[in-house]
Amino acid sequence: MPAGSTYSTIATTTLGSNQSIVTFSSIPGTYTDLVLITNAATTVANKDVYMHFNSDSGSNYSRTVLYGNGSSAASDRAANVSFGWIDYLGWTGTTLGTQVCVVNIMNYSNSTTNKTFLSRANNAASAVDANVGMWRNTAAINRIDIGATTSGIFITGSTFTLYGITAA
Amino acid sequence: MPNTFSLIASSTVGAGGAASIDFTSIPSTYTDLNLVFSLRSSQAAASENIYVTFNGSTANFTARWFYGDGSAIGNSTTGRLIGFGTAANNTANTFGTTSLYIPNYAGSTNKSYSSDTVTENNATLAYTGLIAGLWSNTAAITSISIVPQTAPLFVQYSTAYLYGVKNA
Repeated sequence: MPAGSTYSTIATTTLGSNQSIVTFSSIPGTYTDLVLITNAATTVANKDVYMHFNSDSGSNYSRTVLYGNGSSAASDRAANVSFGWIDYLGWTGTTLGTQVCVVNIMNYSNSTTNKTFLSRANNAASAVDANVGMWRNTAAINRIDIGATTSGIFITGSTFTLYGITAA
Repeated sequence: MPNTFSLIASSTVGAGGAASIDFTSIPSTYTDLNLVFSLRSSQAAASENIYVTFNGSTANFTARWFYGDGSAIGNSTTGRLIGFGTAANNTANTFGTTSLYIPNYAGSTNKSYSSDTVTENNATLAYTGLIAGLWSNTAAITSISIVPQTAPLFVQYSTAYLYGVKNA
């Protein structure tokens, strides 16, 4: 469990107007891991929230998800996709406060391994997801763009915060 | 470096047990809350459902959740459930563990939350669960109570820690 100065805010944004992409750029390489918290809604419901690392929109992402909608649970797998899914069926709603996502991005700043992340997406009206994703790139992550699928637009008041965790 | 992740309060159950664990007068000065608890109930059962109350309210909770017990998956939409504890039929001195994350708890939107929960037991049956929850209330959360579902007691050495996460 993080404590004290090992857990720091890198950047945070509360949207002052509708916005299609939220960007965290110039992410310093001085932390060990990243934590991204989103509490967002979109103009149209049931959008998937996704990430691009370092502006890469190539087919370099994969993920495995375990999800449940309250009546059944299942798993799904996708490889060679063009974004890193944060959610799967734990979609966005159109009302603020409907969806929360917690994303852990491990060892984001090394230049030797592909980057993996864990995300937990939650929408009490649709589903709960646990997702593991990978970006097949060994570069340090210095930029994260967050969007919503099929031209989704985040609404005013949506919040996005990026934290850094330092191991030492 | 700012103190982003701070302990607000903690509770350890004493020798007589406790019917609930309560956090009151939660300051609104943080961005998010993270409640981490380790609980065991006195009920003669294989597990205990843990329910939450915000600001004394038991109404307007919805959820989607699923769990695995080592052999099967169960699903539910029962609101207020935020985790599992162990119970008297589990291995002695073993407690269930849960991490509950509540973003924007002091804001004016409905309150969504994410919870990961596990129990452990030196037998064939133990639980792990993922929960997406929503309290459809726009009030700031100023108090949190966690209670066992079936009115036994939380046993001695059960613990709960409430952290505040600050993004600035």
